[in-house]
Amino acid sequence: MGLINVEVDQLSPRSLWQIASSGWRDYQDAMTLIDLANPTKFLSLTARVMPWLVATTAILLAIGLYQSAVAPDDYQQGATVKIMFIHVPNAWLSMFVWGVMSLAALGTLVWRHPLADVTAKAAAPIGAAFTFLALVTGSLWGRPMWGTYWEWDARLTSVLILFLMYLGLIALWRAVEDPSRAARAAAVLTLVGAINLPIIKFSVDWWNTLHQPASVMRLGGPTLDRAFLIPLLVMAVAFSLLFVTLLLAAMRNEILRRRVRSLQMVQASRRVA
Amino acid sequence: MTALAALIRRDIKIALRVGGGALIGVLFFLTVVVLMPFAVGPDLALLTRLGPAILWLGALLASLLTLDRLFMADHEDGSLDLIVMGRTPLELACAAKALAHWIAAGLPLVIATPVLGLLLNLDTLSTSAVALTLLAGTPALTFTGMIGAALAVTLHRGGLLLAVLVLPLSIPVLIFGVAASQGAISGLSFGAPFSILCALSLVSFVIGPFAAAASLRHGLD
Repeated sequence: MGLINVEVDQLSPRSLWQIASSGWRDYQDAMTLIDLANPTKFLSLTARVMPWLVATTAILLAIGLYQSAVAPDDYQQGATVKIMFIHVPNAWLSMFVWGVMSLAALGTLVWRHPLADVTAKAAAPIGAAFTFLALVTGSLWGRPMWGTYWEWDARLTSVLILFLMYLGLIALWRAVEDPSRAARAAAVLTLVGAINLPIIKFSVDWWNTLHQPASVMRLGGPTLDRAFLIPLLVMAVAFSLLFVTLLLAAMRNEILRRRVRSLQMVQASRRVA
Repeated sequence: MTALAALIRRDIKIALRVGGGALIGVLFFLTVVVLMPFAVGPDLALLTRLGPAILWLGALLASLLTLDRLFMADHEDGSLDLIVMGRTPLELACAAKALAHWIAAGLPLVIATPVLGLLLNLDTLSTSAVALTLLAGTPALTFTGMIGAALAVTLHRGGLLLAVLVLPLSIPVLIFGVAASQGAISGLSFGAPFSILCALSLVSFVIGPFAAAASLRHGLD
């Protein structure tokens, strides 16, 4: 738009070229954004990708579970060490999902990308589920190792707070009927949470060392043996793929749900008229 | 500058006059502290030990309770729309409103602390330590809580949702506030947690107004 206000004789060929090329770049960006932002195109693209994703996830999960099952017992922890193969990928994803939601929040607030808030909304319950599973498996692992289901250990506590924040975010999504209004509020909260999570983690570490100087156990303290490392990595990749699959499926559902909602709104307004 | 000063003066006046409800926070603070002995028993030694934690928890809940009013009243009478559309940057206006809210609702909590300390059998040193940490920490509670208040007003929801959103964010302030008070009482370490507490307040001065302004700008339409 600024191009119109500039006197033509002020422009050197170089700056003309710059304006032209930046315009071309804008055009290209707009094209890809529009392509991705079109829910119909997104639905048809994911419909084609979905079977492959599901199959890959299932195969990788099967391989990972088999490898975890045949992995040797730990000399100290015995068979309970196998909980790690489920626990660690869940714990990793619990934080990764918040990162994905933060990127989506930027997409909502900065670019107003229509699929960004669908992503954020679909990711929140999945992230909460991963966090919950990390807590449950951690507590089941803690029972034989520490002799208690719950220990106010720094890591456990900060994961619990992360879980609370997921639940708060879901509560925010559910508090408002209009999805786009809820999306912007949730985006602000997600970004504030992303800034605050490291601060909370640091504070809880401080608090924990203040209250209990000797920690019961350090998870994964010594370097991991290859016999444990390879199944763990396979499981981590499998769980990440599982997240992508679930996210895409949830996004498809969310898009369809919004269509149903807007159709119902149209129908209701017709009935009134 | 005069616009911001006028905004601060106006908010303080409204909060302190009839119907403002800022001082109800102090009453709530007093009630929470009075409730505590009924829960843990009238053992003065135990209350002395728990004192700083009780005072901090009470102040946290009291400041949360008054947050609802930060934007809600202005939204109801339409002045919030004028503030959003005005020439003063919305971030600065939010910061001014939060400052006024802290002076009207946060500062009275700090002033009430010595009296409540007597009820919990705290000595002069402990009481002044708690009051000092509250003075340094309650601005952080107000400025982070403002984000929740802005979200709540744009969504026309308040109360429990606001509490659920804001309380996890206030955990660091609680940790370092109580740690600094306990450190001063036991003579172990006061400087480090107190500096971090001040740092948290300063960080919230930056993040709070921007996040609140963003949610007001995107949410009110």
